[in-house]
Amino acid sequence: MTENPFPLSKDDLLRAYRTMRTIREFEERLHVDFAKGDIPGFVHLYAGEEACATGIMMHLNDNDRIASTHRGHGHCIAKGVDVHAMMAEIYGRSTGACRGKGGSMHIADLSKGMMGANGILGAGAPLICGAALAAKVRGDRGVGITFVGDGASNQGTFLESLNLAAVWNLPVVFVVENNGYAESTAMEWAVSCDSYVDRATGFGMPGVTVDGTDFFAVHEAAGEIIRRAREGGGPALLECNMVRFYGHFEGDAQTYRAKGEVEALRASRDCLVMLGERVIEAGVIARAELQAIDGEVAALIEDAVRAAKAAPLPAAGDLLTDVYVAY
Amino acid sequence: MSRKISMKQAINEALDLEMRRDPTVIVMGEDIVGGTGAHGEADAWGGVLGVTKGLHAKHGDRLMDTPLSESAYIGAAIGAAACGLRPVAELMFMDFMGVCFDQIFNQAAKFRYMFGGKAETPVVIRGMVGAGFRAAAQHSQMLTPLFTHIPGLKVVCPSNAYDAKGLLIQAIRDNDPVIFCEHKNLYGMECEVPAESYAIPFGEANVLRDGDDVTIVSYGLTVHRAMAAADALARERVEAEVIDLRTLSPIDWDSIVESVERTGRLVVVDEAHPRCNLATDIAAYVGQHAFGALKAGVQMVTAPHTPVPFAPSLEDLYVPSAEAIAAAALRTLAPTGTTPRSIAA
Repeated sequence: MTENPFPLSKDDLLRAYRTMRTIREFEERLHVDFAKGDIPGFVHLYAGEEACATGIMMHLNDNDRIASTHRGHGHCIAKGVDVHAMMAEIYGRSTGACRGKGGSMHIADLSKGMMGANGILGAGAPLICGAALAAKVRGDRGVGITFVGDGASNQGTFLESLNLAAVWNLPVVFVVENNGYAESTAMEWAVSCDSYVDRATGFGMPGVTVDGTDFFAVHEAAGEIIRRAREGGGPALLECNMVRFYGHFEGDAQTYRAKGEVEALRASRDCLVMLGERVIEAGVIARAELQAIDGEVAALIEDAVRAAKAAPLPAAGDLLTDVYVAY
Repeated sequence: MSRKISMKQAINEALDLEMRRDPTVIVMGEDIVGGTGAHGEADAWGGVLGVTKGLHAKHGDRLMDTPLSESAYIGAAIGAAACGLRPVAELMFMDFMGVCFDQIFNQAAKFRYMFGGKAETPVVIRGMVGAGFRAAAQHSQMLTPLFTHIPGLKVVCPSNAYDAKGLLIQAIRDNDPVIFCEHKNLYGMECEVPAESYAIPFGEANVLRDGDDVTIVSYGLTVHRAMAAADALARERVEAEVIDLRTLSPIDWDSIVESVERTGRLVVVDEAHPRCNLATDIAAYVGQHAFGALKAGVQMVTAPHTPVPFAPSLEDLYVPSAEAIAAAALRTLAPTGTTPRSIAA
């Protein structure tokens, strides 16, 4: 093995690859199982976007909070939420992360600093301002990260939160996951400015745009602005340009996308393949090591699905529990 | 030690005592300090009507002015609550819920259930409610039924300074999200209030006046109209029992039903609009659970199905009056042809 040219140790690179592979395997499996009719409701898949969640979350600990989106499985996995609990939740089982009462769009694990996927677009931004305020009041050096898509970047809640975070000098990073589509509507049409950096500047904070399919670019940019926020430097915006391999939701025929668009993206901008090839080419990690991870992850997801299907449904009495702490 | 103070002072005192007791209590809102960033007096306003006046001097940065940005700061209060603080966020006029309701009903109210019982969101959202302040359609509403409809929220609306202090202290200590509705026309009203700290449990109505002929249930400002109506009825030898709900969610069904089972007659008074409000809610509950006790149809006295008007002459017609409440009580006596015991005696 040659000298490691990357700013991450081999262990960290393996960890990043494992996280991204886990997200990919999780989502690809949901794609298949949803089509079979095994999964109630609807799911929004993060496949193709793994480098963003992973590159950011590697800088965080359990004391740091994130607020996620409707497309939240990748954020959950990267933040350390248990994959078995996630799968069981998506299957509506009592062993789920939310005991089957949240589902795909509301997976949360506060013990991991994961404040919830969110069915309301842009709603996580004010919440994460509050999480960051709590960290600031306690002086515990925690930071808050909120994710929004390019679609929700037009929500008032998001724009108001940029202002509030700047005025209160909160340790918040606003991550715009720009996959080019607000559901079916093109970002180029729906967002009035040319660059999210301009939007950040308008709110008095730095903004950075990176190729969100490049794990190393995300990791480096996120590291810098998270460190800045942690040290009291205030909020910042990070735009990750990325690609969505599936539709807005599963079952979306994606007739609004150009013919061959998705196939071309999979061939040329697959963040997982790109990370793997780079570390192999640099001679830091052997292909066999990555293949071993692939195998372990496949077994993990298979076991998560098996366990979810075998798990009990919530009891009828659970309908009425946990509305209040006390009432 | 007890002394007479206003409801405004009682709320200020509750915030002060809880901020002293618990360092995780923070208070935020628009102009609750006043003049932040400006070059005049420090602590200039203490809230638009001065409810938080003087607290900044005592508690410093734990009292935070916010930008005019309700979605952001109400959401931030909720997020901070989910992360271990006990924020009290002032919405100024509760009518402003319209620009931040998502954070209240889709976020705060649902965290606990949606996350499988693993979240606590001990936030208090205070705001002014009610008409009679010549503040017109967007600063005068009694929107309590919109909140009571939502599982996960608790809803409080005190009628006097004593209750306001004890209920707000309870609200801050409570581990669920609480919507604390302060009737602006009661701010100046004084009553005996102990200087020390005390909490009033939620879900316990207050029977302000005993009577065996008719039960009158209300909350907030109209409690006082109900009491005036009861005085007028007493002059006609009709003894009304007056129940002040104090909290609307949870609600003290038992006290209502017990009273109706004794009086057989019910008048429900609500300053909210007439459809799907507390009055209809209570009427339906009594219809289902105490139908056999009723000697007459339940009477509802509410605001009309209109926005709140500006012209004082119209606004005075809008809020349920003591006369309307007394007339409703008499209607419950009329149809049966029976004579109330107090009159028969």
